[in-house]
Amino acid sequence: MTSPTLTAPSPESSAPLVQLEGVRQVFPQSERSELVVLDGVDFTLHPGEIVGLLGRSGSGKSTLLRIISGLLRPSAGTVRWRGEPVSGPCQGVAMVFQSFALFPWLTVLQNVELGLEAQGVAPAERRRRALAAIDLIGLDGFESAYPKELSGGMRQRVGLARALVVQPRLLLMDEAFSALDVLTAETLRTELLDGWIEGRLPISSILMVTHNIEEAVLLCDRILVLSSHPGRVTTEFPVTLAHPRNRLDPPFRALVDHLYGVMTQHLTPAAGARHAGEGFPGVGLRMALPRISTNRLAGLLEALAAAPFQGKADLPVLAASLHMTAGELLPAAETLQLLRLAVLADGDLHLTEAGQRFVELDVDARKRLFGQHLLAHVPLVARLCQVLAERADHRAPFTRFSQELEDSLSAQQAEDTLRAVISWGRYGELFGYDEHLRQFNLDNPT
Amino acid sequence: MVLRPPALEVAPLRRYAPNLWDLLAFGLLFTSLVGVVQGSRAMLAPLAELRHHPVSLEPSLLPSYALRTTLRMLAALGASLVFSLGYGALAAKSRRAGMVLVPLLDILQSVPILGFLSFTVVGFMALFPGRVLGAELAAIFAIFTSQAWNMTFSVYQSLLTVPPELEEAARSFHLSAWQRFWRLEVPFSVPGLVWNAMMSMSGGWFFVVAAEAISVGSVSIALPGIGSYVALAITQQDPIAVGWAVLTMLVVILLYDVLLFRPLAAYSEKFRVESTTSDLTSRSWVLLALRRTRLFPRLLGATRTLSEAWRPPRRPRRPTTTPRAITPRSAGQRAVIERAWLTAVALGVALMGARLMRFIATGAGWSDLGTALLYGGYTLTRVLVLVALSSLVWVPVGVWVGLRPRWAERVQPLAQVLAAFPANVVFPVVVLVIVRYSLSPDVWLSPLMVLGSQWYLLFNVIAGASAFPSDLRDAAASLHLGGRSWWFRVILPGILPYYVTGAITASGAAWNASIVAELASWGSTTLRAHGLGAYIADATAAGDHPRIVLGVAVMCAFVLMLNRLLWRPLYRLAMRHTHQE
Repeated sequence: MTSPTLTAPSPESSAPLVQLEGVRQVFPQSERSELVVLDGVDFTLHPGEIVGLLGRSGSGKSTLLRIISGLLRPSAGTVRWRGEPVSGPCQGVAMVFQSFALFPWLTVLQNVELGLEAQGVAPAERRRRALAAIDLIGLDGFESAYPKELSGGMRQRVGLARALVVQPRLLLMDEAFSALDVLTAETLRTELLDGWIEGRLPISSILMVTHNIEEAVLLCDRILVLSSHPGRVTTEFPVTLAHPRNRLDPPFRALVDHLYGVMTQHLTPAAGARHAGEGFPGVGLRMALPRISTNRLAGLLEALAAAPFQGKADLPVLAASLHMTAGELLPAAETLQLLRLAVLADGDLHLTEAGQRFVELDVDARKRLFGQHLLAHVPLVARLCQVLAERADHRAPFTRFSQELEDSLSAQQAEDTLRAVISWGRYGELFGYDEHLRQFNLDNPT
Repeated sequence: MVLRPPALEVAPLRRYAPNLWDLLAFGLLFTSLVGVVQGSRAMLAPLAELRHHPVSLEPSLLPSYALRTTLRMLAALGASLVFSLGYGALAAKSRRAGMVLVPLLDILQSVPILGFLSFTVVGFMALFPGRVLGAELAAIFAIFTSQAWNMTFSVYQSLLTVPPELEEAARSFHLSAWQRFWRLEVPFSVPGLVWNAMMSMSGGWFFVVAAEAISVGSVSIALPGIGSYVALAITQQDPIAVGWAVLTMLVVILLYDVLLFRPLAAYSEKFRVESTTSDLTSRSWVLLALRRTRLFPRLLGATRTLSEAWRPPRRPRRPTTTPRAITPRSAGQRAVIERAWLTAVALGVALMGARLMRFIATGAGWSDLGTALLYGGYTLTRVLVLVALSSLVWVPVGVWVGLRPRWAERVQPLAQVLAAFPANVVFPVVVLVIVRYSLSPDVWLSPLMVLGSQWYLLFNVIAGASAFPSDLRDAAASLHLGGRSWWFRVILPGILPYYVTGAITASGAAWNASIVAELASWGSTTLRAHGLGAYIADATAAGDHPRIVLGVAVMCAFVLMLNRLLWRPLYRLAMRHTHQE
């Protein structure tokens, strides 16, 4: 068989591929309010580098990726692609999606050919190039399969082949590996990196969005940390470790540790006068809360109290031992911090005295303690209980609170926040909620 | 050694060589082509031909009648397909157009077939004076009106629910709007469209008598076809001829099913987006045979060909489409445009309403409105009582069948065939029984209304029961739930959304059926129930246009009210009950 020929891009100058200046993205909420997702983002991407955008969910990193790709026009600021202002999906940029986004009615080969079809490439040429890309990405033999028949890893290979076949200068990856199991994701990462290092990939740069710190350190030459509410580039790190990088190398570990620290820095009590809970967008009553089950919170507290952590854990180590990514662990850790059951400091999570007590208590006592902390430290819960107590019938509609929240949060955030509060409040036995009536109450079924 | 996947094998042109399956497919294709040619030649004949060779009850003519009817159905289905894609796309893509088109579709759906026929037949005849073609077009249009609306709704719904990540992928790979339509939106709509086309076909058959034996005022035409044959058999009181017609219809419907819908349904499976393969996948030996041909896979490339057929002019540089998320207009400008549009729509509606009132007033007064409303009330009562009664019968049957996959597989197509039989074919039995025992037509004609529509209830309940999670059934069994608590706590809440969907369809179909069900005749005996359907049918036969419009308008109002006040709230309730995150 002939060797795959994907002509590499012509040698090019070091002129930047992407330049962002003062990019701001606002989504209108209602007549009065709007939600600022990105604010004042400046960023330059050069040829020949892999850059990681690291951020929590809700930091607007996927929005930023869509702005760079030209799928979304920013509310303000300029975006330039190879020096030209962007006004639509850019030529020479291809994207790989978290959900794969394969067309289920097209075979692997047809999916890969699609981008070429859109460019008007002749059928014979299209087929030749698609087969080369399929070969390159290790999908030989699957050409006539439909996406349904493939495993997640194979599907994402199709996604990669589809992106590479159009010979983009820039490959955008939107959490491309996060829907895959650990082993599969690692295989794909390694193969991507090998292809990159050996110059087999017809691309000149990669920009990836991830909430997985280790993934970013493993692959990237440069990492940008995006803060939440609103998203801003807070920190930029060059990663100078030589490839292939070893996850167990002390410098690798140190960098991962450091990044965990950076990502939790702005919400540690030590970071100044800001109080705990500011890790979440919004303040006070209008703080956006993540939907984390009380089981997960209790499990995290127990893991933290048990050996080998004994009340204090290094976040990356804790994440690895619980098989969680940073994106999953941090919201849970922050919720514990908000409830004063644990404290985040310098990339470590410490159990507080109350947290220690929680672990030692039985079920009913745990619920009482949780309820007390909820009432004391989550302003929205306090307010809810106050409203319910004041009203003659001890009832209040869901929409009363969701509308209030939507002044400063997105509809989804408001929904999530209230759902989180409902599940926590039920666990703490502070109030009840009737889903059919969409109404909070103080009923206690006996 | 190079292994080549089959998809690649058919590709290069020089390697194309027909196989045995092609021969079979060619046989099928040519037989159909000859049929189409013969049928179309007859369509182009002068109108006088119909007088020289009127429809006769000779059974040997039935195959050629069946062919004519089949062609009309196909033509109407083709027209419905084109209409549904165009209208559905416009309604889904333009928010402003959607504001008008979606409610309009709701109204069109509730207009009974005679309402369309009585106004268009004269126009169609005038289009091709002295030719059968005019009348043929009127009949095709009438069938179209019993097929198009639900297909259009299905396309509209599909287009609104295209997965956003696929939409984004298509845009990021620079597919033009035209390419996106053929490569993403149309394929995504296919499963819903095929299912609805099957339902529509049953609807088309149900009204085949009304569509072919056209009788509006002074215009009276019987186009050669099964519908006219049935109409003639009824006028001539020939029960044996009715039997022949039923037999022929059965054969034609089964052929349609085997040759067209089964293959289509099996083929449309591949367009489903859910990544899990369902247990109830359709199988079709015809599709299997076609797939083995070499020609067929090329024909299937049609949407790709369409998507490539026309390439919108591109500017040579990179900007392609403006992103949809944010339009350059300011919020203020948008509000102004919005208000102007709403005002224009409101004005248009008011003007048309006034025209309509004036037209009705030319031949009908306030007392007629009162009569129409009263009759509407009678028909409403019938619809509600009958839907309730048929639920009592079909919900238990449907649950029983649905929980047994082997049965479900067989009953589903049977119900579909039964839904297709026009009420007219049971007129002889019903009329004779009512006359013999001197029963009240007001009560005993009513069951004809659900003759076709009750099956919609049955399939939906079957579908709901088959989709009921097996672990919930197991859980109920392990808790030893039985009797009342099993029905009321387990299965009925579980199938509620399906049941409500079925009830909505059945109620809509019953309203439409009232025009052929409230008025039954056998020879010179005509039985008439008091109701809006009989009112419209009588006005149509008399060519009394103001009363037809009045009757149709009142019926639309009733159907819309029933949907808004009963069915939609019930559906929302059902969805909320079973909605799981």
